[in-house]
Amino acid sequence: MKPFDYVRVGGAEDLAQASAGRFLAGGTNLIDLMKHEIETPDRLFDITRADLPTQDLASVEPREDGLRIGALVTNADLAASEQVRRRYPVLAEALLSGASPQLRNKATTGGNLLQRTRCPYFYDRARACNKRQPGTGCDAMGGFNRMHAVLGTSEACIAAHPSDMAVAMAALDVRVETRKADGTKRSLSLDELYRLPGDAPEKDHVLDPGELITAVVLPAQVPSRQAYRKVRDRASYAFALVSAAVVVELDAGRIRNPRIALGGVAPRPWRARRAETRLEGQAPSRALFLQTMTEEFEAARGHGHNDFKIDLAPRLVADMLGELTETTHD
Amino acid sequence: MTEMMSMEVQAERPLGRALDRVDGIAKVSGRAMYAADYRPASDLAEGFIVEAPAAPGRIRRLDVSRAEDAEGVIAVLTSANVPEQRTYGAPEDAGRFTQSHAVLQGDRVRHVGQPVALIVARTLEQARHAASLVEVEIEVDAEGGIFDALAHEDLAFAPDSLDGADDADTQKGDLARELAGSDHRVGATYHTAMQHAAAMEPHVSVAEWDGDQLTVHMGIQIVASAVKAFATTLQIEPEQIRIVSPFTGGGFGSKLGIHSEAVLAALAARVCDRPVRVVQTRRSVFVNAPHRERHRQELELGATADGTLTAIRHDNLAGMARDYAFAEAPASPTRASYAAPAIHTSHRVVAADIPTVDSMRAPGEAIGTLTLETAIDEMAQACGMDPLEFRLRNMPDVDPVSGAPFGDHRLESCLREGAQRFGWDGCVAPGSRREGRLLIGRGLAAAIRPNMLVGAEAEITLSPDGRFHVRTDMTDIGTGSYTILTQIAADTLGVEPGQVVTELGDSAFPKSSGSGGSFGAASTGSAVQDAASNLLSALRDRCAALGLDGNGALAFTLDSVRLGERSLALADLVGPEGMTASGSIDPDDFDTGQAGYSYGAQFAEVAVDAVTGEIRVRRLLGVFDAGRILNPKTARSQLLGGMIFGIGAALMEEGVIDPRSGAVMARDLADYHIPVNRDVPALEVHMLGASSPFANPLGAKGIGELGICGAGPAIANAVHEATGVRPRAFPIHLDHLLPNLPPV
Ligand SMILES: Cc1cc2nc3c(=O)[nH]c(=O)nc-3n(C[C@H](O)[C@H](O)[C@H](O)COP(=O)(O)OP(=O)(O)OC[C@H]3O[C@@H](n4cnc5c(N)ncnc54)[C@H](O)[C@@H]3O)c2cc1C
Ligand code: SF4
Repeated sequence: MKPFDYVRVGGAEDLAQASAGRFLAGGTNLIDLMKHEIETPDRLFDITRADLPTQDLASVEPREDGLRIGALVTNADLAASEQVRRRYPVLAEALLSGASPQLRNKATTGGNLLQRTRCPYFYDRARACNKRQPGTGCDAMGGFNRMHAVLGTSEACIAAHPSDMAVAMAALDVRVETRKADGTKRSLSLDELYRLPGDAPEKDHVLDPGELITAVVLPAQVPSRQAYRKVRDRASYAFALVSAAVVVELDAGRIRNPRIALGGVAPRPWRARRAETRLEGQAPSRALFLQTMTEEFEAARGHGHNDFKIDLAPRLVADMLGELTETTHD
Repeated sequence: MTEMMSMEVQAERPLGRALDRVDGIAKVSGRAMYAADYRPASDLAEGFIVEAPAAPGRIRRLDVSRAEDAEGVIAVLTSANVPEQRTYGAPEDAGRFTQSHAVLQGDRVRHVGQPVALIVARTLEQARHAASLVEVEIEVDAEGGIFDALAHEDLAFAPDSLDGADDADTQKGDLARELAGSDHRVGATYHTAMQHAAAMEPHVSVAEWDGDQLTVHMGIQIVASAVKAFATTLQIEPEQIRIVSPFTGGGFGSKLGIHSEAVLAALAARVCDRPVRVVQTRRSVFVNAPHRERHRQELELGATADGTLTAIRHDNLAGMARDYAFAEAPASPTRASYAAPAIHTSHRVVAADIPTVDSMRAPGEAIGTLTLETAIDEMAQACGMDPLEFRLRNMPDVDPVSGAPFGDHRLESCLREGAQRFGWDGCVAPGSRREGRLLIGRGLAAAIRPNMLVGAEAEITLSPDGRFHVRTDMTDIGTGSYTILTQIAADTLGVEPGQVVTELGDSAFPKSSGSGGSFGAASTGSAVQDAASNLLSALRDRCAALGLDGNGALAFTLDSVRLGERSLALADLVGPEGMTASGSIDPDDFDTGQAGYSYGAQFAEVAVDAVTGEIRVRRLLGVFDAGRILNPKTARSQLLGGMIFGIGAALMEEGVIDPRSGAVMARDLADYHIPVNRDVPALEVHMLGASSPFANPLGAKGIGELGICGAGPAIANAVHEATGVRPRAFPIHLDHLLPNLPPV
């Protein structure tokens, strides 16, 4: 681990310098990466005790436009929140399917969003990886890529985003609120927050150095039929091969407002927008679900070990849609 | 730890009692001293390994100047300044555990991850940081390396020796003729995965020199061969070396021998003239500790119409780490499980440029039963027979390949009792048992593991404080050695276990079998039993000389010995030094020409998600014959652990080497999956418990590795019943099942 300076952020004034370092929240991802010297910040800004007058980082509170989750709320607390369990069960399920109880006690909402890929080549400094060291190549291509993405990848990088929480949030159309080092604020959708790798896979997201995630806001109105399923190689404590968050409504026998987000298949939580559009207003049918999802994956490209995701993901979502809409097999 | 033990007299005899672990409280309260916990008197320095980024080849450039200048760094060991050692692998005729384990020798690197330098610094953080400042360039051999042995069959050869078996190849009967004459034939090619022991305690050594005397605190399974390995490597006398290893946090074969961190610690301590601790990082363990190789196994079976096996062929191919002669024997169970007129087995290896390959958790049987018992199931199906019936029909009367009589043979009892306890009621059509989204399947498999006896010595001292001190260099790697040795001594001496203090894991003590091959309890236990009865006769003689003679048992309290109504003060009996007797076991005395195996039968029920193919074990039941059970509690724990490893072998554990670079790519416990709690149902364990007097004086057979055997294939057979897919590669991944799952 490279020696670093440690700054404990008290108030907003400490954030002015933050562009010169990295934020430390639960540390469950960043500290690991620092030990392996994949991340080598000169300075850490510990935000766990930060006190920003108008932006409470540590609580979950109802607001007019929805439920506001402070960036420091832990994954464990968020999953246990009564509001979340009642109105956004898909999010609670996703959180509880991630990591382990010990990790969820430390992991925060902001840190979870910005956790980095688990690509094993990214973790091995002796291997070529464009995300870790731009321009060196991508050893995952032609290597072990069972966990890797099939959608939204580029020639430079095929890594998948590992978060479960973010997949549920993508289906819920959340807004991410940030505060830049100079104090200006903005609000982003997840598709705006996360970049696709393109030719700069080292950049996972669009945030500026020193830009702090202050909160995630869940919209007030969301469809009530919600589900999260995670497919993995062991029953717990494993990252998703494929996961899906689906929220949908039924109105007079017609599908309304379907939102489908997938994990484990893309560099960011993947909204199946084409499928959503096709399903809107349709009468539910299992054949339609599978066909629609298969079409969604027409653009997918496997890399050998992960080819199965292209069959698995449509099956998973089709079955979830079937279950949520109580559609029997023909 | 003994004062924790209750001294009250219990009705049953100590041996066979479900005694709690005598070291349990020390362990759960953190007082058990593992190697990394040891604090030497003088300042401890920390070592951190710098790994070769590429191999096989030559170190072209190694610049350690920035590391040397880094804060806290005491020394950087490289091939340029490392003290002289015996050539790696010498002498060739020594066993692999006692050959030279030299490190940093010359500029040659054999495999990716091999140490090219050791940073020694005041703190671990300083050492770790300095390690990242080392610049190393490897000139990889022009012809590249062999990393995927299975793709280089043209280079395969028969290994000189096979782990736990005599011959690489065996040929009994006329295979071609039997196959040609059979009514049913099944055959398939299987792949079993590279696996890592993944013990909780990483490989660790703390070395310190006092003049020419070296003391190493380390996690190790066999102390005596480790002493020899240090002596050979460092070219010093065994008497100059002391190894201390009272507790080892899991070994599973990976700590049978010593590894680079141990030699590095000893060399660094010499160079720096202070104690040095080297703890392999979790990532390092995956390349600087041994692994089990990936195997290609071909099986071909023939049977008559009535379900009698006529032929079995089992051919194996795997990688062998270049310059380290070890080959596993997956066909070992094939030679011993079922009767057939023709049984041909073979093992071939390809020298590869990969990290060390060595014994791991039931070498041979773990991955051999995985394939054999899957093929047997397939043959039962081909014959239209219940797989239980099929197995029972083909039970052998003598050891099938060697022809030797069995010491005992209780496989049939295990199968019958297992079937009855599990409620085995035959197979159903694949996919026909369904619960909502879940496809349910059941399967069974036989378990077998050769029983071994190894020479061992022990001594027991009755000290004036009234306690019997058992001493042997035996290790407790989490198995319960302390507990059962205490019980054996107490039982023989006629005292309660609380009066016995067992001290292990010190090379200053008599040489034992160590822990490995499931031979520890029976081998070292027999030596302890012998020492106890020798001590008892010596005490009886001394009592008689002091006038305390007559019939009946001597009764020992903490300050006296009693015979009938009369007694003698202990101080008068044993004097200030106490009285000591030794004992031993010589396996030649038990070489009766009989074949000895531990047996088992395992029954599994799995649920496969019909949408995703995810496989979860719902039930796993095993019935085992490991001879006499010394302690039902520790025995059960051994079997539970084995069965969980079986779940891992069937469904999860998979090491991977990138065939382009030779780099191991699953290097932590997030990538290398072992079963977690949620993967393990409430396991059901039953033991037959009948004694096996042919095997050794205790009548116990090996148990540690038995539970893993048969567990994996029972699961694989259950997966077949659930889905109709016959697994050909392990671990079984959901993607193997996807094409056969019902429509969504
Ligand atoms: C063994 C293991 C298994 C796991 N399994 C899963 C799993 O199954 N599913 C899953 O979803 N996750 C899993 N995780 C990942 C875990 O969820 C993340 O490590 C965790 O959510 C990160 O949160 P943190 O607060 O610890 O982030 P940190 O490690 O503190 O930070 C992560 C990154 O976010 C940045 N950051 C943190 N907070 C902010 C903020 N407010 N504003 C701007 N930047 C910020 C940091 O600078 C850093 O770059 C696993 C982790 C481990 C170690
Ligand atoms: S997939 Fe991305 S993270 Fe993985 S090696 Fe390639 S560039 Fe690096």
